[in-house]
Amino acid sequence: MTTASLPPADLPGLDPDWSQVVSAPDAAGVQRQWHVLDAAPPEPLGTVLCVHGNPTWSYTFRSVISELSDTWRVIAPDHLGMGFSERTERFHTLADRIDELSALTDALDIQGPVLVVAHDWGGPISLGWAERHHDLVSGIVLLNTAVSQSDDTHVPALISAARNGRLLRTVTQRTRAFLDGTLRLAHPGLPRDVADAYRAPYRSASQRQSIADFVADIPLENDHPSRTTLDTVADGLTALRDVPTLLIWGPRDPVFADRYLRDLQRRMPHAQTHRFEGAGHLVVEDAPVAATVRHFADDLAAGRTRELRAQPALLPTTSAERRTLWAALENRADDNAAAVVEMGRRGPARTITWKQLSSTVGDVSAGLTAIGVGPQDRVALLVPPGADLTAVLYATWRAGAVPVIADAGLGLPGLRRALRGADVQHVIGIARGLSAAKAMGLQGTYISVGGFAPGLRRALGVDYTVVELAQIGRQLPTSSTPPVTAEAAVLFTSGATGPAKGVVYRHAQLEAQRDIVRDTFGIRADDRLVAAFAPFALFGPALGIASVVPNMDVTKPGTLTSRALADAVAAIDASLVFAAPAALRNIVRTASTLDQAQRARCERVRLLLSAGAPVSRETLRAASHVLGGCAAHTPYGMTEALPVADVTLEELEVGGRGNGVLVGRPVSGVQVAISPLDPAGGATEPLTDSPDVTGEICVRGPHVKDHYDQLWATQRDSARDHGWHRTGDIGHLDVDGRLWVEGRVAHIITTPAGVVTPVGPEQRLERLDPVRLAAVVGVGPAGRQVVVAVVEAPLQPEGVASIELVDSLRLAAGIDFAAALVVDALPVDIRHNSKIDRLQVSAMAAEVLAGRGSGP
Amino acid sequence: MRVLVTGGTSLLGRVVAQQLNDRGDEVVTMQRGVAAGSWKQVRGDIRDAAAVSSAVEGADAVVHLAARVSVVGDWDAFESVNVSGTQNVLDAARAHGVSRLVHVSSPSVAHFGEPLVGADADAADPKRAHGHYARSKAMAERLVLGAVDDSLAVVAVRPHLVWGPGDTQLIGRVVERAASGRLVLINGGTALIDTTYLDNAADALVAALDRVHDVSGEVFVVSNGEPRTVAELLTRICRATGVPEPTRSVPRIVASGVGVVVERAWSAFGRDGEPPMTRFLAEQLSTAHWFDQRHTQERLQWAPAVTLAEGFERLAAASHPS
Repeated sequence: MTTASLPPADLPGLDPDWSQVVSAPDAAGVQRQWHVLDAAPPEPLGTVLCVHGNPTWSYTFRSVISELSDTWRVIAPDHLGMGFSERTERFHTLADRIDELSALTDALDIQGPVLVVAHDWGGPISLGWAERHHDLVSGIVLLNTAVSQSDDTHVPALISAARNGRLLRTVTQRTRAFLDGTLRLAHPGLPRDVADAYRAPYRSASQRQSIADFVADIPLENDHPSRTTLDTVADGLTALRDVPTLLIWGPRDPVFADRYLRDLQRRMPHAQTHRFEGAGHLVVEDAPVAATVRHFADDLAAGRTRELRAQPALLPTTSAERRTLWAALENRADDNAAAVVEMGRRGPARTITWKQLSSTVGDVSAGLTAIGVGPQDRVALLVPPGADLTAVLYATWRAGAVPVIADAGLGLPGLRRALRGADVQHVIGIARGLSAAKAMGLQGTYISVGGFAPGLRRALGVDYTVVELAQIGRQLPTSSTPPVTAEAAVLFTSGATGPAKGVVYRHAQLEAQRDIVRDTFGIRADDRLVAAFAPFALFGPALGIASVVPNMDVTKPGTLTSRALADAVAAIDASLVFAAPAALRNIVRTASTLDQAQRARCERVRLLLSAGAPVSRETLRAASHVLGGCAAHTPYGMTEALPVADVTLEELEVGGRGNGVLVGRPVSGVQVAISPLDPAGGATEPLTDSPDVTGEICVRGPHVKDHYDQLWATQRDSARDHGWHRTGDIGHLDVDGRLWVEGRVAHIITTPAGVVTPVGPEQRLERLDPVRLAAVVGVGPAGRQVVVAVVEAPLQPEGVASIELVDSLRLAAGIDFAAALVVDALPVDIRHNSKIDRLQVSAMAAEVLAGRGSGP
Repeated sequence: MRVLVTGGTSLLGRVVAQQLNDRGDEVVTMQRGVAAGSWKQVRGDIRDAAAVSSAVEGADAVVHLAARVSVVGDWDAFESVNVSGTQNVLDAARAHGVSRLVHVSSPSVAHFGEPLVGADADAADPKRAHGHYARSKAMAERLVLGAVDDSLAVVAVRPHLVWGPGDTQLIGRVVERAASGRLVLINGGTALIDTTYLDNAADALVAALDRVHDVSGEVFVVSNGEPRTVAELLTRICRATGVPEPTRSVPRIVASGVGVVVERAWSAFGRDGEPPMTRFLAEQLSTAHWFDQRHTQERLQWAPAVTLAEGFERLAAASHPS
């Protein structure tokens, strides 16, 4: 094959009608034959120009062509010497390839607007092209690519092996090592027929010459002939800052590691980013890239691409009435009363006064600024809840930096993915936290909480201790106050469904959250808080009230005993208790161990708040009883918006039964609307606040998240209704304006007779004596599912439920279950031990009911 | 309308004839033996082209139920009845100007061993259908659908596991085996399957006859639209008929192996009747097959009138006459 040819007609996913051969001159002016995929509707919105890298070919864009060619003309050429284009004797440099692509697009008579989509070394080529065709270009999408190879970054092993002078031709051309090595980077592995399709134009060594040339053309050295061209392309990006750009990234890429993404983000600060966690170099094979490009193209066509974040209108524009998160620390800077108390086994182990906290936060924040922790720098906080975390958190805020907080429950791999993805630049931690950070390969300044022995300090690479920062900062002026619109935190979701998502808040949103918490629960200046629930353990100083952390493992709520609670209440004469349901259950379980005096102390509490997971009425009632019958509330919300609604124990006692879990009325300042479900189970209908309409719960308020971090597509989807956040929960409002939660959007069951939501029927099943826990799931293709009940029924054998049990389940739920299965244990989330993984249950039920498996 | 029903001795054939007769159609049934019923009957073998021709003569419509339904036997036996017999019906219909043909087919023509979950009426495929019965029925279905033209409207209906009082195919076998302690659940009976109560299947065939001009050339699976586990179905049949419930469970792989051995032994000894287990049956009772009924119900303008629960009550009432 020397001239261009057509691919075999049977390559998976490739329509032979897309292929054509086009003639255009190469960089030396010689006419060459190109193989080009070209598909278009009669009246295209514009042109999508897809530029592949090495060692792939236009085949890599087949899904993009399928997805977009109904509305756009999509063109994907094979570079000369690559794919099914002509093999030339010429060594094509980067500069040649930019010239050649320009000659080709001239020959193809492409019409603007042009959306450029490029992968790998197609990036520099297409960006060079875009800089020359600025007037045509309306958008850019880059997939795992780079425009610079600075000397101080190490060269990936795959590339350095390939670039080794003696090995170059062996690795890249004489053998298929480089080709096959690249194809093995897919996650999961490519189907054999797809991998074979990638290999189709590269069967012989002579066909692979340009693969070798491409590798040889990577300007690793300063004096490399293509270095100047690459630098010109990189510098030219400043001129493209008016072009909407999306960076789509597969982080599991040994070649284009995260630092190349950071480099692109620095050079293109206007770019949006979507990281597909778990995807790698061949991100287009690993993740729904085509659909994402489609959304971006749709937005381009509709003229909306810039801001998919919270509407600025929702953020306060003036700071006249602003009350910062640390305002109380300034107001009480001379107050010797306790601000934060940490309980030990025998009473208060540590008491920090307002004065101490205020000066520590001031000094440490100034120290942070002094050592170069800049405004908007991201700082991972790997410190357990307590006085130390409180101090460094407020110091980080005060310094204008952005704390990144992820739950240790994510596990090391999850934590690593989260913190690396969030582009953390500094780490503050206890020894265990810093050692984990080191294991995760986090770069940047390491700051320790507490002093370590010199050996440990060296081993962990500690740059400063917090005490040293305070000393540095003591003589310095306070850091400047971050604006209300500055980013204030990145909080990671639990990761119960897929990789944890980073949720970005701005100061205005956290300040609003604080105020909503204060107003919802009527918190007064003279209240004092037992903070047994991690997030709220940090909110005491912001609320301006003293807080006490009981003697417990705050990351394991079930470790809170009634005695530890009573001691904590006594320590600051607490009036409020914030705790998770697991903590409440243990308090109730251990209530009998309280003596008269402890009981009396507990009865001084005026408000109990259960948060973090759904709580049963029984638990709330019993816990309130231990606390002398105090008022009990449980708020509804999520990492992205908390609280959304609130319900009291009385309301639950009076009217807590219905189709779903009653979570109460929207709290003050927060709007709730429902996006009704279509028959396919999609929440696609316009928002409504009509009662008794089931759909996705949508929230709007000043404390709702700003955006998801580097998850452009996720953010776009969650914020697709102007100013609203889609929660992913389904539910309905009743005639009294109360909100009921019926499950998750992903757990909707779509039967031919209509949509079924799981929570209501599950609750009805769990009221039956033999049933301990129930999951109601769908089995079968979307829209044609049957409803199946899967229950924990301790006295029943595993397998298909007995006729008697099936009959009582059908009767109780009012649903014609196709089948009922009994299992020993339903899969529940590790953290709360209560949220059932219905997708897993559904998959298990489908397997069993297909008759293939060996039964539950 | 004058309607010929072939296979008049089958339970479904009898109920269809009864329904047509009751509503005033002029019914003729054709079968080898003598069937109950007050309508005109013709004795004859579907393999006999002349007999079929004379039975069809004068009819406006044919409901073709006659088939060899056994799970054992050699290919010729199935081919001659299910394929050539159907060809005889087609030839006669053409010769005598019949305008409507309802061909009773089987979901097994498109069941190739994999679970069918919320399935449609996929195309019949003789090459992939399992066993002589399904293969011959697949060939027959293709034959009739290929015969559609302006003068002859044809619809193929696949009722799924029809049962009811008096049924010897499913109920009869279950009862017989349960009574002799030979009823076992394969893999715990967890496979989800569709069944059709007898009267509903008959209603659907009558609806197809009435709608055939609007749905000519189409294929429909008919069921109650209430899939259930095999365990539940067998248990309810046993309870309704008063025989011991199945308790033991054998893994499918074992059951399948037993089927092969028994089939061979049965034919080697030349015994009459049917072996207790065949591969086909093992597959039927251990693999999901249930269907999306919306299209069928919409196109035939039919819906099952008798729920499974009512069906089991009727079965119990018929089994224990008070």
